[in-house]
Amino acid sequence: MENQQEQHIIGYKTLLNVLLLLFVLTGITVGASYLDLGQLNVWLALFIAAIKGTLVLFFFMHMKYEGRALRWSFLGTIFFLFIMISFTFWDVAFR
Amino acid sequence: METVKSFFETPAPARFKGVLSWLITTDHKRIGLMYLFAIIFWFLLAVVLGGLLRLELMFQGETFLSAQLYNSVFTLHGVIMIFLFIIPALPAVFGNFFLPIQIGTDDVFFPKLNLLSWYLYMAGGVIAVISLFSDGFPDTGWTFYVPFSISTNTNVSTAVSAAFVLGLASMLTGLNFITTIHRMRNRAMGWLQMPLFTWTLYATSWVQLLATPVISITLILVVIERYLGVGLFDPSKGGDPILYQHLFWMYSHPAVYIMILPGMGVISEIIPVFSRKSIFGYKAIVASSMAIAVAGSLVWAHHMYTSGMSDTAVFVFSLLTFVVAIPSAIKVFSWVATLYKGSIQMTPPLFLSLCFIYLFSVGGLTGLVLGAAGANIHVHDTHFVVSHFHFTMFGGTGFAFFAALHYWWPKMFGRMYNFKIAYIASILVTGGFIFHYVPMFILGLQGMPRRYYDYLPQFESGNFLAGFGAAFMIVGIFLMFANLLLTLRKDRDASSDPWGGITLEWQTASPPPLHNFTTEPEVLDYPYDFTGVVEKYSKKPKGE
Amino acid sequence: MSSKSFNSGSHTSGQDESGKKFGMWLFLYTEIILFGGLFVLYAVYFAKYTGDFIEGGKELNRLFGVVNTIILLISSFAVAAAVTAIQKKEKIKSMAGIITALLCGLIFLINKYFEWSHKIHNGIYPNSEKLVDGPDGLNQFFGLYYVITGLHGVHIIIGMTLLLISLIFVMTNRVAHNRFAMLENSGLYWHLVDLIWIFIFPLFYLVI
Repeated sequence: MENQQEQHIIGYKTLLNVLLLLFVLTGITVGASYLDLGQLNVWLALFIAAIKGTLVLFFFMHMKYEGRALRWSFLGTIFFLFIMISFTFWDVAFR
Repeated sequence: METVKSFFETPAPARFKGVLSWLITTDHKRIGLMYLFAIIFWFLLAVVLGGLLRLELMFQGETFLSAQLYNSVFTLHGVIMIFLFIIPALPAVFGNFFLPIQIGTDDVFFPKLNLLSWYLYMAGGVIAVISLFSDGFPDTGWTFYVPFSISTNTNVSTAVSAAFVLGLASMLTGLNFITTIHRMRNRAMGWLQMPLFTWTLYATSWVQLLATPVISITLILVVIERYLGVGLFDPSKGGDPILYQHLFWMYSHPAVYIMILPGMGVISEIIPVFSRKSIFGYKAIVASSMAIAVAGSLVWAHHMYTSGMSDTAVFVFSLLTFVVAIPSAIKVFSWVATLYKGSIQMTPPLFLSLCFIYLFSVGGLTGLVLGAAGANIHVHDTHFVVSHFHFTMFGGTGFAFFAALHYWWPKMFGRMYNFKIAYIASILVTGGFIFHYVPMFILGLQGMPRRYYDYLPQFESGNFLAGFGAAFMIVGIFLMFANLLLTLRKDRDASSDPWGGITLEWQTASPPPLHNFTTEPEVLDYPYDFTGVVEKYSKKPKGE
Repeated sequence: MSSKSFNSGSHTSGQDESGKKFGMWLFLYTEIILFGGLFVLYAVYFAKYTGDFIEGGKELNRLFGVVNTIILLISSFAVAAAVTAIQKKEKIKSMAGIITALLCGLIFLINKYFEWSHKIHNGIYPNSEKLVDGPDGLNQFFGLYYVITGLHGVHIIIGMTLLLISLIFVMTNRVAHNRFAMLENSGLYWHLVDLIWIFIFPLFYLVI
């Protein structure tokens, strides 16, 4: 069986800090979109989105305190999503 | 014989007697049986439809199906066989019935969700039937390729919704099984003490869970295109029709592993039992199941070599396709190695398993012919492809389904069937199968395309022969089901362990009681340790 | 070993809160892949029509995007706080959190309504003359915009329904500090909707 920890309680303060951090990152991503970095803009925006997503995932969704099964299966899902997009480009990028 | 009340005799709640008490049941065994009867119905219907196709093709020219009707019949045959039979056949029937028993627990984790899946499955079937009687059944084939599926006037939207609902049912079943395996295994059972059928179900469930949403969104997009005309796949509006095929096969290729993996699990259960010998390479089989699940999702575009993909993609996907053959081969070698020097007891399930190994190997090897890009271009969309996937899907999953039926029938219903008739039926099906599909390989190599109701004169003799094979096969299938179903009229006569199996389902009564076990089942350290069985049988005279 | 261990079925699965959460996560994976299919299309068409996508992004009102992002982040926080509150046996705070999230969801939908109707008013909607006759890339951009934000909107509505049910359960004490799987799972669903929006926002409103 999965090793199951006790329910973890995340304090209001932590949650509030995460929310503020998310606001800041939203500001940064909007600001960054005004810079002209060419292709880099997309990757930067996605990178910031990934950080925001990780924050939501870790703290709001308690993933930081989950066991192995959930962590690995989540990574597996993201991996499959990555395959879906990237392998399509074997076709699209070389046509 | 059994003093324990079986799940058939569960007292019905007030107001819900008889059939009604089954319709509100959350007992995984009853749900499994409800799936079984629905699936047998759909299977036999689709077999008859397939027979009609073959009859039409036996003679050149229009025999009795018009071109349009032929298109609808092969679409219907494909949709029913794929979405209503092969995908749910093993997981939904035997998975539901035996997964909780094999891991020593009393139900799946979400029993109500399980019942919901069954209702979704039935709803999907009903919607598919409705689409028949509205604007004519779609003539797109089960693949619903754009742009035809978006422009044809037949009722694609309804058929697509049916596939969507069926996908949802399959996805929820997968979700249920994964949670059950993670959370409800008997405390004494570690991961590497799980029976191989459970392992393959676990791998299958992950594929069901992660791949099915892709087809869901794809089918939603087809409906959106038909009603709103967004143009995501329409070249005149900047869309790319090949992307539809990418999305479609992103699900549908992993789906063939949804179909075959549990079949491999069944064979891995049956072979050691009748060889009285531990399975060869337990860990290798477990690992190859998971490897198939992963590698199977990397190869989807090998269905699209002639669709206008880039050459790079053809190269990459062809290479990966060869890789995915390795884990399947590992399993085949392990089964054969298990039989080697075993004390083999021939029974109908073992006979069907041996047929499975043979037919599936042919299917798998011709898959390599198709996976090689060069050969594929020659035989793409010919009868060679049709024959190949019938060898894997029917010769593979279909035969595994038959084998599972014969293996677990006494456990599910407590009744043993007639061996002689079972053998005759199996031989008819297998022989008919070979006569049916081998000519199709040749026809395909000669260049006969699939999905046409007519052909050039030189293909007539091959098609004529194939039609005869089909007739034998269909007779065999009906005989097989009649033999099984007729046992329901006699009294229960099967013991709790008629075969000498040692996985947990053989430790309980046949049929099992409501909560599966009346005493704590004894989990073996190694699930295929037959020393006890061999001892028991060497003392007793043969055949109990 | 007690007999309870093998008989862990319907008796204990009713109380196995972590198992329910596990099942919910599995469901969330399917949602991720569901949107994933659309992101495949986005990636391909973005690579093909980069210029048009940038044009399209400029037509979208950033203010709407930013406001909606902030609203969803607040709602996500509120739900997370509601879960913390129920764990700490603070029923009223928990209800306040859920109600806040519900209000945020409502505002989000109202915003979306105005945004969409503005676009439709300007002749930008699926299969409109302006899009069909215009550049291909722009049609794809707005096609994806409508499909993805539309599907996301449907998820907002489902999420709000789940939160509403949880709210009633909290009120009637069917969700309490020792069994809050319903609230936690609705919360997870809501966070996922937020998570997807976090990616939708830069992809549509901030493409340069």
